Amino acid sequence: MFRQILQNGTLRTAVQRPLAQRLGATLPQSFLGARFITDRAKSIIEEAVKDNDLIVFMKGTPDEPMCGFSRAVVQILQMHGVDELVGVDCLQDPEIREGIKEYTDWPTIPQVYVKGEFIGGCDVMVQMHQSGELHELLIKEGILKADPDAKREE
Amino acid sequence: MTTAPGPLEQLIRQRIEAAYAPTVLEIENESHKHRHHAPMQGVTSTETHFKIKVVSSQFAGQRLLQRQRSIYSLFKHEMAMDGGIHAMALVTRTPEEEQK
Repeated sequence: MFRQILQNGTLRTAVQRPLAQRLGATLPQSFLGARFITDRAKSIIEEAVKDNDLIVFMKGTPDEPMCGFSRAVVQILQMHGVDELVGVDCLQDPEIREGIKEYTDWPTIPQVYVKGEFIGGCDVMVQMHQSGELHELLIKEGILKADPDAKREE
Repeated sequence: MTTAPGPLEQLIRQRIEAAYAPTVLEIENESHKHRHHAPMQGVTSTETHFKIKVVSSQFAGQRLLQRQRSIYSLFKHEMAMDGGIHAMALVTRTPEEEQK
């Protein structure tokens, strides 16, 4: 039922809520103060995460971010040499905007996924950038080609 | 902005102090910087964006993602409700990391 992308621990909460997901289509969002991801949002998110090795759920587009945190994430990834960044503009779709928060169990946007795994939001990206972890991750996951010329001063 | 802390800011302080016994806790209300952003249209709250630095020995052995998740979980309701907290810029360190 759940694809391979859900095997890691970060997405376990999404797996543990089958009831909420089944009810999601029929209950008002405010039911008991909880928000339930819609089936539609869930399938769009799952597909987006599966089809793209690197994807950013953000406000605005990579070319035109509509929020400073989203802008920062795009700029960091571009700085690392990611040319074709796939972004999902959550402002265009209220279901995705709320759904991604529940899907990841992370309350804010932007959210970065690499190879199906949630990496973090803006703060995590900034700190991984500073520590050099982000570069390592992008190379390891094949998002960037390791270039022999670039001797990183880390 | 040096106005008195609002109710949400006070709540953030109380909960973080109770949960992490931090040696450093800095909370800055940055909401005014985000007032004009598209996602903030129609929002009247003056407590939407916070910059928070927490130094606590309880973060030892936790990855950054875990630390942030842990703090977010304290404010799950406040971050989900309309007019609540929109974003928290978090710096989470252990006392050892802070000294570096």
